[in-house]
Amino acid sequence: MADALVYLYAVTDADHPEPAVDAGVDGAPVRRLVAGGLAAFVSSVDPVRFSEEALRRSLEDLQWLETTARAHHAVVDAVARGGPVAPVRFATVYLDDDRVRDLLAERGAAFAAALDRVRGRVEWGVKGFAVPSAAPAEPDAAPGAGPGASYLARRLAERNRAAKGQEEALAAAEAVHRELAAAAAASRRYPAQDPRLTGRREEMVLNAAYLVADDGPLRRVVEQHADGPVQLELTGPWAPYSFATLEEQ
Amino acid sequence: MTSGGMPVPGRARTPDHRQESTNLADILERVLDKGIVIAGDIRVNLLDIELLTIKIRLLVASVDKAREMGIDWWEHDPTLSSGERDLAEENRRLRERIGALEQARTAERDGASREVEPAERGGRDG
Repeated sequence: MADALVYLYAVTDADHPEPAVDAGVDGAPVRRLVAGGLAAFVSSVDPVRFSEEALRRSLEDLQWLETTARAHHAVVDAVARGGPVAPVRFATVYLDDDRVRDLLAERGAAFAAALDRVRGRVEWGVKGFAVPSAAPAEPDAAPGAGPGASYLARRLAERNRAAKGQEEALAAAEAVHRELAAAAAASRRYPAQDPRLTGRREEMVLNAAYLVADDGPLRRVVEQHADGPVQLELTGPWAPYSFATLEEQ
Repeated sequence: MTSGGMPVPGRARTPDHRQESTNLADILERVLDKGIVIAGDIRVNLLDIELLTIKIRLLVASVDKAREMGIDWWEHDPTLSSGERDLAEENRRLRERIGALEQARTAERDGASREVEPAERGGRDG
């Protein structure tokens, strides 16, 4: 039987505290590998289930994907509680521990720079939903207009109002994003999520992540817009998934 | 636990049930799309995964964006659209046609009545 493979979750400073997490993906315990002044948090995974071919198949399986993505997130999240962390993309797998140590040694400077960019900061997510416009005002139907004409006038007014509401919500979302970005060290936009995923009928008009040392200013912006045309939802704190990058050397 | 999973001392937990466990879409858009990209020894290009590109990415991306990409299978997938969208769309079209027909009739009638009672009905149609 082939040796176990090594699944990499995140890179941190070498003296990063132990993460409080029971297990990683596939239920294996999370271990620390140290090299070049850095630590990598990894766990052993089955060489068959995590082979290229098996992974390709498994990734098509929503159930597996959810379980594994949540397990990956749980480890990154636990590690992030202890200090600066550079989360690694899902399903990054190595042949053995030495290969991971080699990586830490080879890319040490880039990882250290990535950790410095997020040091003392966390990521917050903000989603904005278009607030449905108030009860439709009756259009100024011409006195004595036929039912068809009234209907069309009403339809036109409805459509105009919806288009206008949408435009206003998008413009408001842009304005809110600018304010939030000004309160953050960095920001990233995500595509809006599908209503089936959000479970809401309102359209998502803002989906973004902000890197902050202190979430106070971010919260104040969100509170200031509580009655605005965009309903804001704050999630976090997240490990700095959206902001950990290795700059090209 | 907050939505992101990390504890925030002194922060009231929202009563929203979706906050009970972190939203899967939020996790997927982060673990699949963000985080440091390094070539592992096991080469799996997440972009090559059919389900990820078509289903997950579609669900995470907006419907409009998916349409731009030419992906619209869900509109014909009964398990996803449950036909409601199609019915609503058909209803809308039918209502518009009826509206147009009614307007045409009203205009005809008004045209006819205008000759009889020009003072009462005139100057309204636009």
